[in-house]
Amino acid sequence: MLNVDNISLQVGNFCLKNVSFTVDAGDYFAILGVSGVGKSLLLETIAGLVTPLSGTITLRGRDITKVHIQRRNISIVYQDSDLFPHLSVYENIAYPLRSTKAKQLHETVLRCAETTGIAEKLQRRPATLSGGEYQRATLARSLAADSDIFLLDEPLSSLDAHARSELRSLLRRLNRNGVTVVHVTHDYEEAISLATKIGIMENGGLVQIDTPENIFRHPKSEFVAHFVGTKNFSRGYIKTVPGKELKQFISNGVPMTCLTDLPDGEAYLMVRPDEITVARSKHASSSQNQFKGTITDIAPGRLGVEITVDAGSPFVSTISSESLKSLKLGIGQSVWISFKASSCKLYR
Amino acid sequence: MTSLGKNSTGLQLVFTFLGGVVILFIIAPIAGMYLDTSFALVGEAFHSTEVRESIWLSLWTSMAGTLFFSIFAIPLAYVLARKSFPLKSLVNGIIDIPIVIPHSAAGIAILGILTRESVLGRSAEVMGFKFVGSPFGIMVAMAFVSIPFLINAARDGFASVPERLEKIALTLGASPARAFFTISVPMAWRPILSGFILMWARGMSEFGAVIIIAYNPKTAPVMIYERFTSFGLNYALPAAVLFVTVCLTVFVALRLIKRKN
Repeated sequence: MLNVDNISLQVGNFCLKNVSFTVDAGDYFAILGVSGVGKSLLLETIAGLVTPLSGTITLRGRDITKVHIQRRNISIVYQDSDLFPHLSVYENIAYPLRSTKAKQLHETVLRCAETTGIAEKLQRRPATLSGGEYQRATLARSLAADSDIFLLDEPLSSLDAHARSELRSLLRRLNRNGVTVVHVTHDYEEAISLATKIGIMENGGLVQIDTPENIFRHPKSEFVAHFVGTKNFSRGYIKTVPGKELKQFISNGVPMTCLTDLPDGEAYLMVRPDEITVARSKHASSSQNQFKGTITDIAPGRLGVEITVDAGSPFVSTISSESLKSLKLGIGQSVWISFKASSCKLYR
Repeated sequence: MTSLGKNSTGLQLVFTFLGGVVILFIIAPIAGMYLDTSFALVGEAFHSTEVRESIWLSLWTSMAGTLFFSIFAIPLAYVLARKSFPLKSLVNGIIDIPIVIPHSAAGIAILGILTRESVLGRSAEVMGFKFVGSPFGIMVAMAFVSIPFLINAARDGFASVPERLEKIALTLGASPARAFFTISVPMAWRPILSGFILMWARGMSEFGAVIIIAYNPKTAPVMIYERFTSFGLNYALPAAVLFVTVCLTVFVALRLIKRKN
């Protein structure tokens, strides 16, 4: 659907270097990178706000590299300050609909506002909306524009945790209903929870594009590994255990006990390496998850030593050099790993 | 009270005094003018056809000139606010020239391009009107000296509108013209209106440039000047009070409308 091919440009301190990727209809493509890496510039280039020095952008097979902004049918949503402050929410949503008939226009505004949950605030001015309401109104306007693709530039960054969670649900729902999204963020939790495909951006280039699972399990560069910040990442599904508060997360046939309020279904699990302990034998502890495995790798980490243990699934634990010596650990040795149910971070 | 607080209070008193002198400097002559003129004399001036016609001429020519030249000034202000181009600072400087040159000299300069011998003057004659000695010439003279106020205010107004909003309007399918009229202009309307009021008020009170282009028909400042030079201060004062009252009334009304909105 959207094909970005070898885009390069330089604007001030920001640059893009031979950026290429493809987004299919219905995809939710997250571009993950630290601040100042050129993510926003990439979105603005796709939207036509900035002209690339080289490369091409095609949308639905049409070369739009030099097409005027208003003829691209691409909408862009920023972190904030998107709504026209002198217009009401209703007028903002109706803005792209000027050519339709009054009744049809009204119905479209209502439909878009109801879809995004902003129908109660249509007469309000943008300045009076909360952060979450503001972004709902912005998304409603993009829906009204009937854009081929939504470009989201850190749309959840300025929201509190509750509003962020609600907006994520809304974005997932919009995507399930067929809205194609390219979403840039510096928050890997946000990327995991929303994206079907993630691109990692570094120094103006996309260094890895893959599914969330592969990005986190098989980072292609040190930057990616460092940026995503965790080694224990797996895909599986959550299952309620009757009569118990704790739920089971099963990945690669390994059942783990987790403390989560997510409902049953597919999810991603992350466990920080420093929350996994390694022991020579099984011992009584409060950790709900204890697995026997074999050490497959020992490598110095940024802090301490990283030990990889194959316990049906690979687990990486960070321990100190002193612990490595005192436990006399080595590759091929059998050990027990353990971590608490509350250490399991589940995302959907 | 801390020593800083004491110092601050002392400075505040000095500034208040100095500021008060400035306010007095502006108000005193106008207040004196009102105090020196009886209501009966102002009423008499109001009943003079010459006075009424000259005040009306000043009002409408200045308004018409402001409206007409705003068609050119507002787009120019937008370009200056949004675009970068070679010699932009020179263009910004050129816009302020009418403020710094003597207005009688400005009148002479304008006369040069509006006489019958000039291209503009000849073209006007072909179309059946003339500039020199006519309301059209008065409009041009008024606009020449006052247009910087509109351009500068509108340019600052457009510069304060986030460019991103205009671009968002484009991504929503708006044409550049629609983005300009539905986003840029409404969001910059307060500074534009301020500039509009200033241009109109400044044009209306113009004397130096106008008297050179058109002694007749007489605008209010020319009429007041003529009364003063021909018959003295006492004869000019009531007409001046009446003209100032009209100017202040319209000026205050427009500012109130702006504030209310």
